[in-house]
Amino acid sequence: MSRRDAASAPATDGTAAAPTSSTVRIAVAELNAYFGAVHAVRHVSVDLADRSVTAIIGPSGCGKSTFLRCLNRMHETVPTARVDGRVLLDGYDIYGEGISPVAVRRQVGMVFQRPTPFPTMSIRENVAAGLVIADKRPSGNATDEIIERALKRAALWDEVRDRLKTSATGLSGGQQQRLCIARALATDPEVLLLDEPTASLDPISTQKVEELIYELRTDVTVVIVTHNLQQAARVSDQTAFFLGGELIEVAPTETMFTSPSDERTESYITGRFG
Amino acid sequence: MTATSVRGTGTPSGRQRAVTERAERTIRRRRVRSSLMVGLMYVAAALAILPLLLIVIHLIRLGATSVNWAFFTQMQRPPGEGGGGMANAIVGTLIIIAIASGVGLPVGIGAGLYLAEKRVTMLATTVRFLADVLNGLPSIVMGIFAWELLVKPVRHFSALAGGIALGAMMVPMVTRTTEEMVRLVPISLREAALALGYSRWRTALSIVLRTALGGIVTGALVAMARIAGETAPLLFTALGNQFWSTALRGPIAALPLQIFNYAISPYDEWHAQAWAGALVLVGIVFVISLAARVATRRRFGAGD
Repeated sequence: MSRRDAASAPATDGTAAAPTSSTVRIAVAELNAYFGAVHAVRHVSVDLADRSVTAIIGPSGCGKSTFLRCLNRMHETVPTARVDGRVLLDGYDIYGEGISPVAVRRQVGMVFQRPTPFPTMSIRENVAAGLVIADKRPSGNATDEIIERALKRAALWDEVRDRLKTSATGLSGGQQQRLCIARALATDPEVLLLDEPTASLDPISTQKVEELIYELRTDVTVVIVTHNLQQAARVSDQTAFFLGGELIEVAPTETMFTSPSDERTESYITGRFG
Repeated sequence: MTATSVRGTGTPSGRQRAVTERAERTIRRRRVRSSLMVGLMYVAAALAILPLLLIVIHLIRLGATSVNWAFFTQMQRPPGEGGGGMANAIVGTLIIIAIASGVGLPVGIGAGLYLAEKRVTMLATTVRFLADVLNGLPSIVMGIFAWELLVKPVRHFSALAGGIALGAMMVPMVTRTTEEMVRLVPISLREAALALGYSRWRTALSIVLRTALGGIVTGALVAMARIAGETAPLLFTALGNQFWSTALRGPIAALPLQIFNYAISPYDEWHAQAWAGALVLVGIVFVISLAARVATRRRFGAGD
């Protein structure tokens, strides 16, 4: 398909440019997020194309993780947190009236900075954790197939196929993180949010996860927060730069890293701050 | 440059020697003080276990001869006949512990989970404070209260009333340990479950509670061991019974009560039985505590 074309298509100059081709999966409009009195995300509007990878970069504390957590309504799980604005997923406002956060989170998967396997569960049960709460619970055989597929997609199958019934805490950090990705993929989410997924991993595990992200774009919309600019450049189609809670610039990754339009973006990318 | 190197390689000056000596003296003094402190701690540790040791030795000396098969299988006999046992009291105590656990564990675990989830709300703070007060409540007060509430209206003593009184004593203990254990579960696990589309209550039950289960089981067993020997709350509730009875609505025998009744009797053979009963009661508490230790060990071993 034309995902590479989409990425290299010329951006309309200036800020907050939308990808020019393919359909929009997530449309964010005037999003504000608060922790008590702290205004963590300010007036952010951005479109995320279907089956693309969007990287979010910016210095620590710029609101990029908070922004990510607004996309599956995880932000509101923190006491005193508040959100306003609109986030349209396939045209439906996930903050709309009568929309349950639980339903949103089943469609929008998330993987965190540190691996979070459930310690009381086996590898198999971990992958199936999202399935057992689904409205239509798959049968035993179907579950086996889904688990195998999810582990294969997360490039973990070959390493764990012989010990699916052992504890997930016996895996290495990198394996645990891929297990968490498999767990998120098992329920077939339309969107996958990754919050610095490789921050606590060694280089080899990081490479595996990056390859995985690159392959996922064929059927999932991925948003990844990263502190690693090279990583953003390697895996993403589109990059968004946050600073002080604001979205400074969003553009196809190539454009962003070669000729950013905002001075602050350029300073950050060239390492002058952050 | 030259001056310093001469001073560095040559014979140590008087001042340097004085410094070294002072340092050595300091080290020697610290060693002495250290071994003194370690010695004191050994003494404290020995004193801490001394009462238990004395009690167990005493119980074994006086009670072991009466602990035989008959003690576990037979009922009490009138003084002068000799022999007999406390089968009804042992079974009664187990029944009362079961009732107490049936009442205390669900309430305590539920309340602990609530406190851990809510943390700082007005109600949670109040409940936490009241649980601590309840924990410090003298057990005789709990007994009088249970009598007023459960015995007086129905006009007869019952195993149920005794079990509920002890269950109420378990609640604050189980509540606080459950809260502590649930709080130890990292917030990241909670978030992972929520992000997967788990509802709040489902996250609390199937992820958080399950992860904390080892510690909660330990806490529950410790609470059971604590109430197993309680006597005061049973005085006006379970009352005691010299006959075989497992009816929940009637008075029931219990080891602590039986020990009390035998101990204040004027008969030597009953005194011996009382010692034996005490030994068995300590044995039951010991077994429950041991189970708690095993549960704890398994919890920490589960990681690898």
